Amino acid sequence: MADLTVSGFSACPACDAAPLAQRLADRAEVAQGTLILSLPTAHCATCIADVEAALSGHPGVRHARVNLTLRRVTVDAPGLKADDLIPVLARAGYEAHELDPDALAATTADRQGRDLLMRIGVSGFAMMNIMILSVAVWSGAQDATRDLFHWISGAIALPTVVFAGQPFFRSAWMSLRAGRLGMDVPISLALVLASAISVFETMQSGHHAYFDAAVMLCFFLLIGRYLDHRTRAIARSAAAELTALEVPRATLLADGAERVVPVAALRPGDLIRIRSGARIPADGRIVEGRSEIDRALLTGETLPVPAAPGQMLSAGEVNLTGPLTLRVTAAGRDSSLARLTALVEAAEAARGRYTSLAERASRAYSPSVHLMALCSFAGWMWATGDLRLAVNIAAAVLIVTCPCALGLAVPAVATAASGRLFRRGLLIKDGTALERLAEIDTVVFDKTGTLTLGSPVLVSLDSLPADLRPAARAMAEASAHPLSRALAQALADEPAAALTDVVEHPGCGVAARWGHRTLQLGRAEWLGAGDDEADNPHSATWFAVEGREPVRLDFADALRPGAADCVARLRGAGLSVMVISGDRQAAVADLAGRLGIGAYHAGVDPRGKEAIIADLSAEGRRVLMVGDGLNDTAALARAHASISPASALDAARVASDMVLTGVDLAPVADAVATARCATRRIRENFAISIAYNIVAVPLAVFGMVTPLIAALAMSLSSITVTLNALRLRD
Amino acid sequence: MEILSILIPVSLALGAAGLAAFVWALRSRQFEDPKGDAERILNNRWDDRPRPD
Repeated sequence: MADLTVSGFSACPACDAAPLAQRLADRAEVAQGTLILSLPTAHCATCIADVEAALSGHPGVRHARVNLTLRRVTVDAPGLKADDLIPVLARAGYEAHELDPDALAATTADRQGRDLLMRIGVSGFAMMNIMILSVAVWSGAQDATRDLFHWISGAIALPTVVFAGQPFFRSAWMSLRAGRLGMDVPISLALVLASAISVFETMQSGHHAYFDAAVMLCFFLLIGRYLDHRTRAIARSAAAELTALEVPRATLLADGAERVVPVAALRPGDLIRIRSGARIPADGRIVEGRSEIDRALLTGETLPVPAAPGQMLSAGEVNLTGPLTLRVTAAGRDSSLARLTALVEAAEAARGRYTSLAERASRAYSPSVHLMALCSFAGWMWATGDLRLAVNIAAAVLIVTCPCALGLAVPAVATAASGRLFRRGLLIKDGTALERLAEIDTVVFDKTGTLTLGSPVLVSLDSLPADLRPAARAMAEASAHPLSRALAQALADEPAAALTDVVEHPGCGVAARWGHRTLQLGRAEWLGAGDDEADNPHSATWFAVEGREPVRLDFADALRPGAADCVARLRGAGLSVMVISGDRQAAVADLAGRLGIGAYHAGVDPRGKEAIIADLSAEGRRVLMVGDGLNDTAALARAHASISPASALDAARVASDMVLTGVDLAPVADAVATARCATRRIRENFAISIAYNIVAVPLAVFGMVTPLIAALAMSLSSITVTLNALRLRD
Repeated sequence: MEILSILIPVSLALGAAGLAAFVWALRSRQFEDPKGDAERILNNRWDDRPRPD
């Protein structure tokens, strides 16, 4: 429990952000024949059967098995590639993504978890056997029979404690060496003292032996340890899964040939080619080609920016329409991605380290337990002068105060809460995230990619004359530009006209001939249509047919599903909601109006976002930041708690405490409610274990605790705490 | 009380057998996908004969 806050993730999001590919540089080749696919939508028995049947029916697949806990399918299919199987699953109605088995290697073989389970099993069976004998002793076995039972109990208990208690002994030793008094020190002391005294008492034909207590202690505490481990392992493997989805590579132009290399291998001065639709891997200057650049992840702008030779581009931007050749000016740790490092580090330091409830409890607990045991030992020595009696009572105090309930109080609730949120599509990455989330009073959203999907939707279909629609559809299909794709989607029901001489002018638009007429689809300046972009909340493109008035087509950024509902529920829960975006004033105002959010800031740069969060914190507000872009990273790290969608950049996901696994934004509101509920349960659990100690400790100090009372109290409190935590499940 | 000399070894043997079964289940990775196992029981595809390996 003391290590509850040790996260499995890098302490510094910026370090992960900077070299997008460092970790991938020396990655080994993918294991032959085995494919791992992520199945984000699988959730029931039918899904398992469908997926396995669909894959097994595909030629070349030898074996397919779904793991529903991790929402993955492992396919044994030598010679097949993920690209062959993803369409098979898509036809069966399941979304699937390829995962890199190497990136997952560390999490699939959960050796630590199985190791803990083994120790739980051994101590469980030992506990049952010893309990049979102990019940006989408690119900009145005498003399030789009692001694025999004690000896047998000891023969089972000693090896069990040596084996099952290792996690506690190891962590106690480590905390002692570091000069701290962790929770595991009194636990180890109780285990050792109880075993030693019981052996001594058995040799002296004593009445009481605590073998059952020692083993039971191991059993309950190991369960708490295992729950804690499991919550973290599931979150870690899912986070590794998100990372495994992205494989950053760059196309290097050297000696007139193209070569695909890891991004980490790029050096300043290298020439790289960026095809349209690809993310720019390193900072550089355009040498050749014209295109448009989507900078949404860096700045929050929804409108693409034109790009021409001589212009500087930053890593993380997306090239939209034409292929570009780039001379690398800075790569890896020097790139603009890495320049956010300092900002994020400073933001994290400013937030400070959060002290979890469990830590606060264990800080108060360890010294007081040692003190109490020592006092009762000294008191009884002074009163009776009987060393054997005094040691016995000190041991009883240690056993009775042992934090079975305390050790289960937090992990049991965390398991129940994170399981509930995971089923709703939210992944908790940090142990203290739930507690911090429960305290928030302000929610700050980023706009592009968070409240919206970052993909445009046509809103002015009516302005397009019906006779031009087939031509417009054919034009739109000729380009990969997001606005073109949105137009093609809006006109999907129209027939497509036959066009000739289709030419895409990167950075401008598409031109073609329709019969004898010339068609143009693209930017206002290129078509010669006057337009003032700044006041319009929508992105626009123009469609011109020779001899007709150009038509303006408006696009709005589509709202993320559940966004309106989520904002309404957060406000209903008494939280103030705010939007901060790097986008234009008009676009942000339009969105805030649609969602009924009164407070918004537009045109804010990354530093400004962090400053706004810092100001809010200085006012004493606890802020939850929800964002997806690189420009949000520092704000995410600075906020009291943070959430990012799965579509966010690696750096943003690493900086946040929780990740939304689905598209829907509604789990954010669920998360706040669940977190508040979970924190309440944790406090209740602490109250239960304290109440039990208030009853049991005086009994122990005054020498009235028998092994029977210790066993009863220990199991009752542990079970109560676990049941209380389970009330959180749905 | 002579019965103890039979009953105690019997109870120990039963406990050991249970532990052995648990260790076997753990080693053969039967605790890897608890949620999937809970759902698989609802599937009647292999009810009549076991899945061929």
